[in-house]
Amino acid sequence: MAEKRNYEMVFIVDPGVADDEVMRLSESIQKIITGQGGSITKTEMMGKRQLAYEINHKKDGTYVLLEVEGSGAEIAEVERRMRVNDQILRYMTIRVDEGLRRAQKLKDRRARKAARKAGAGKAKGAAGGLNASSDEENAA
Amino acid sequence: MSANYEDRDLGFDRGFEREYDRTMPRGPRRMQRRKICRFCIEKVDYIDYKDVKLLQSYVPERGKILPRRISGVCAAHQRMLAEAIKRARNIALLPYAAD
Repeated sequence: MAEKRNYEMVFIVDPGVADDEVMRLSESIQKIITGQGGSITKTEMMGKRQLAYEINHKKDGTYVLLEVEGSGAEIAEVERRMRVNDQILRYMTIRVDEGLRRAQKLKDRRARKAARKAGAGKAKGAAGGLNASSDEENAA
Repeated sequence: MSANYEDRDLGFDRGFEREYDRTMPRGPRRMQRRKICRFCIEKVDYIDYKDVKLLQSYVPERGKILPRRISGVCAAHQRMLAEAIKRARNIALLPYAAD
């Protein structure tokens, strides 16, 4: 539990709730997180947008995004609160550090490959196209 | 350069593709050139579920995920794409099914 995990938390607030009320709600959630030992790395009000399908007979909602760093305990607490909050139509928390690590690995591998290719000195300028096709082979 | 090479008519001279052609039913359907994974070209490592515009181009009217035999996306990127689309559906950025 000592390791830090990164989460991305999105929640949709009822469209009937005023903007400053949404702000307050978001702040209270952030307070819960910091109170539990987590920290907020980013907050973003994505604004009101149309929902792709109706949730509780609502056609649109206000999206709020939080990026959180913590152990995971605070996520459980926040989700518990969100579940009982009628103003929150939907929430979703995603762990992002694993995905980012994987992305980094892919990036490193590509860099290594490019370096090898450059070292061999055979590929001239066509590295992009060749890389793309070899990636495809690896995948298949 | 190599991209053009793959784009053009090279396919018709390749033995295995002629063989493939023979097994195909005769008719208006002809060999299509191999599609290349767009994400590989752009060197995408992570597909964000919040990028609705991008995801929408892989979700036709019906709301289903576009199969990669049609889009030409490679397997690795199709997995990422599917994951992102499913996440986007969860928070109502994309539909589960349109009517």
